[in-house]
Amino acid sequence: MSAPTNGTTNIMMVGVGGQGIILASEVLCHALMHSGWQVKKSEVHGMAQRGGSVRTDVRFGPEIHAPLISVGAADILVAFEELEALRYLHVMRPDGLVLMSAERIMPVTVITGPHPYPDDVPGRLARRGAKVLVVDAPAVAAKAGNPRTAGIVLMGALSNHISVPPRAWRKAITTLVPERFLEVNLEAFRRGRRARLAAPKPG
Amino acid sequence: MAQSYPAVCKMTRTAQRMLLSGNEAIARGAYEAGVKVAASYPGTPATEILESLATYEGIHAQWSPNEKVALDVAFGAALGGVRALASMKHVGLNVAADSFFTISYTGATAGLVIVSADDPGMHSSQNEQDNRHYARAAKVPMLEPADSQEAKDFVIAAFDISEQFDTPVLLRTTTRISHGKSLVRSGRPKSPRPRRFERQPAKYVMVPGHARLRHVVVEERLERLRQFSNATSLNRIEMGDTDLGIIAAGVAYQYAREARPDASFLKLGMSYPLPDEMIRDFASRVKRLFVIEELDPFLEQEIAAMGIEVSGKPPAMRLGEMDAGAAAVALGDQPPRVEPITDLPARPPVLCPGCPHSGVFYVLHKLKAIVAGDIGCYTLSVLPPLETMDTCVCMGASIGHALGLERAFAVAGDERPVVAALGDSTFVHAGITELIDVVYNKGCTTVVILDNRTTAMTGRQNHPATGRTASGAETYQLDLEAMCRACGVDDVAVVDPYDLDATEQALKRAIAARHPSVVITRHECVLLRRGERRAPPHVVEEACIGCGLCLGLGCPALRAAPAGPKGRLKPTIAEELCASCGLCAQICRREAIVWEQQ
Repeated sequence: MSAPTNGTTNIMMVGVGGQGIILASEVLCHALMHSGWQVKKSEVHGMAQRGGSVRTDVRFGPEIHAPLISVGAADILVAFEELEALRYLHVMRPDGLVLMSAERIMPVTVITGPHPYPDDVPGRLARRGAKVLVVDAPAVAAKAGNPRTAGIVLMGALSNHISVPPRAWRKAITTLVPERFLEVNLEAFRRGRRARLAAPKPG
Repeated sequence: MAQSYPAVCKMTRTAQRMLLSGNEAIARGAYEAGVKVAASYPGTPATEILESLATYEGIHAQWSPNEKVALDVAFGAALGGVRALASMKHVGLNVAADSFFTISYTGATAGLVIVSADDPGMHSSQNEQDNRHYARAAKVPMLEPADSQEAKDFVIAAFDISEQFDTPVLLRTTTRISHGKSLVRSGRPKSPRPRRFERQPAKYVMVPGHARLRHVVVEERLERLRQFSNATSLNRIEMGDTDLGIIAAGVAYQYAREARPDASFLKLGMSYPLPDEMIRDFASRVKRLFVIEELDPFLEQEIAAMGIEVSGKPPAMRLGEMDAGAAAVALGDQPPRVEPITDLPARPPVLCPGCPHSGVFYVLHKLKAIVAGDIGCYTLSVLPPLETMDTCVCMGASIGHALGLERAFAVAGDERPVVAALGDSTFVHAGITELIDVVYNKGCTTVVILDNRTTAMTGRQNHPATGRTASGAETYQLDLEAMCRACGVDDVAVVDPYDLDATEQALKRAIAARHPSVVITRHECVLLRRGERRAPPHVVEEACIGCGLCLGLGCPALRAAPAGPKGRLKPTIAEELCASCGLCAQICRREAIVWEQQ
């Protein structure tokens, strides 16, 4: 990816509580740490985790101060869910990269209320200037052997866009994932890394 | 019991450079400082401090019924001669404040540190009070770490200060410190020898005659702490461009550093009592002096009161948390012009699929009850579609609210039924005395104890009624029914909230009764469940008329798609989410939600 400002890279991970963002971001941070970067992460626990909109900020570089990404400063947005990508788009740099899982989870306000779920999220993101790459992470995860590894599939896809050697990723996954789920997670990562990503054009 | 970070805990034993949350770093610091006793009550963003401490050998780490008990136990341990720590969320210190203010007078035998984790922005809290005021009010020194490394180092420093000055020390964090992760270097654990508790009634028995003399000691101690604050390396000046000097502590320092990397800084690690001479010196070396801080203008007002010319953020920025961008705006930058997309459906947090609370609130909604609520996952029942909570203020308050409402309704001739609803852990925390009050003062309040066998919202911690300790060891299990009877409630019913009819009957009967009653709705939290679940039910499309009754449950596994001539909402069941609780099948009047024959 293009050179980030003052040597810091800002990655924002967004989705729905319960999708596995905490584990995926933990893997990312450990991989960054094993690569020798300074790294800071910020997340919220408690009430926000109960199926609500969640956001985790990861920042790395030679020297990091703030644990949060300022509005307009995120270089990469990893969206575990489509609507959530739109919700946090304003935190992105205008020309940033959106790496999005093709997953749509209806919020309670859509299920029970009059609000429609937005159409054509990839197109809408692209029209705002973002570079958008879409991966069907749950499907890739299912092929790897467990649909719950979608977050690790996304980390595999992300690994093509940041400078972290594969062994650092492997070490991170090995450290953090319980032994009996290790092989399926490593497979999910490999498949995510190889996955062909769809790049919608603004139209 | 679920531990969120097993891998990280494993690492703390071996690695020199660790990626730790502030909470994990506080636990590590306590371990390195030789803490022997730690006590807490779960509360976001403080919970993981005690959870992490419970993984260290040689530390007695316990969940207490509430924060006051936790602080009393920690104080007792420090009195007995070992280093001790009590951790809690900001509002937990309100509960423990009675103890906190007076142990400032007594001091202890060994070090005592109280951690207050504040929640600016209220990610998971009922208010965003600024607990820095507590340090000043109780005349207790306060340290504020700015990252995980400092969180660890400052705990160790706090114990040294506590013993050097014979005072409890307040370590104050915020959500972004407690739940922010950054790299930490581990140190070697110390093992200070236990000190001997000496009987000193004049120091520890706070009758007025003794307390008056101790207050003199507290004021003298504060003066010595002020001198210490001026000398300690916890506070440091980083000179840069002298046009702008910024004073900041905690995470606000990080935001300010990023907003104005070239400015001069006075970084406060000890923010009470303030290093007044250092502040004067710093002020004299810069053209313009500015404070960057979240929430109240605490530092700004203290510094202004010293007669030093200082500026701070505008009053509107007393709300919520900051980031580097907000710090830049406070310092005079134009706000960024990007606006969030506003026409998006909101995604509030929801009760989990299969949550045993859902059915209870579905019934309370149906009964049109006024529900005095409390603190826990079930507070989410205030949101659509359940919309069945009328108050939520603080732990245990639901019962008192209900009794008060009942009294007022009697005067006003209001016939609406009133119910108090609170969780099992919340009941043990602060509900028992409120229930005693109902009986003692001849109320006829209906109390629902939503007993899901855990402290769910904070991540499933044990409590006295689960029969397990913080480390998961078996212990005496508090009997909630017997406890309610001991309070004087003869009418105690237990129902399974997965049985909607039984729940409705029990609640109707309890509401109609002219005496105090308790309905315990007992079903284990869906997140605690292990093993195979029954295959989910499915919707028979021909039978479903799209009436939407089942959607009133607010279950995230029930997804509606507009169908039929009037665009009515026909549900489908998301099998990967469904917990097979069967509540929706019980609600459906057309038998359109059915189980496969097995």
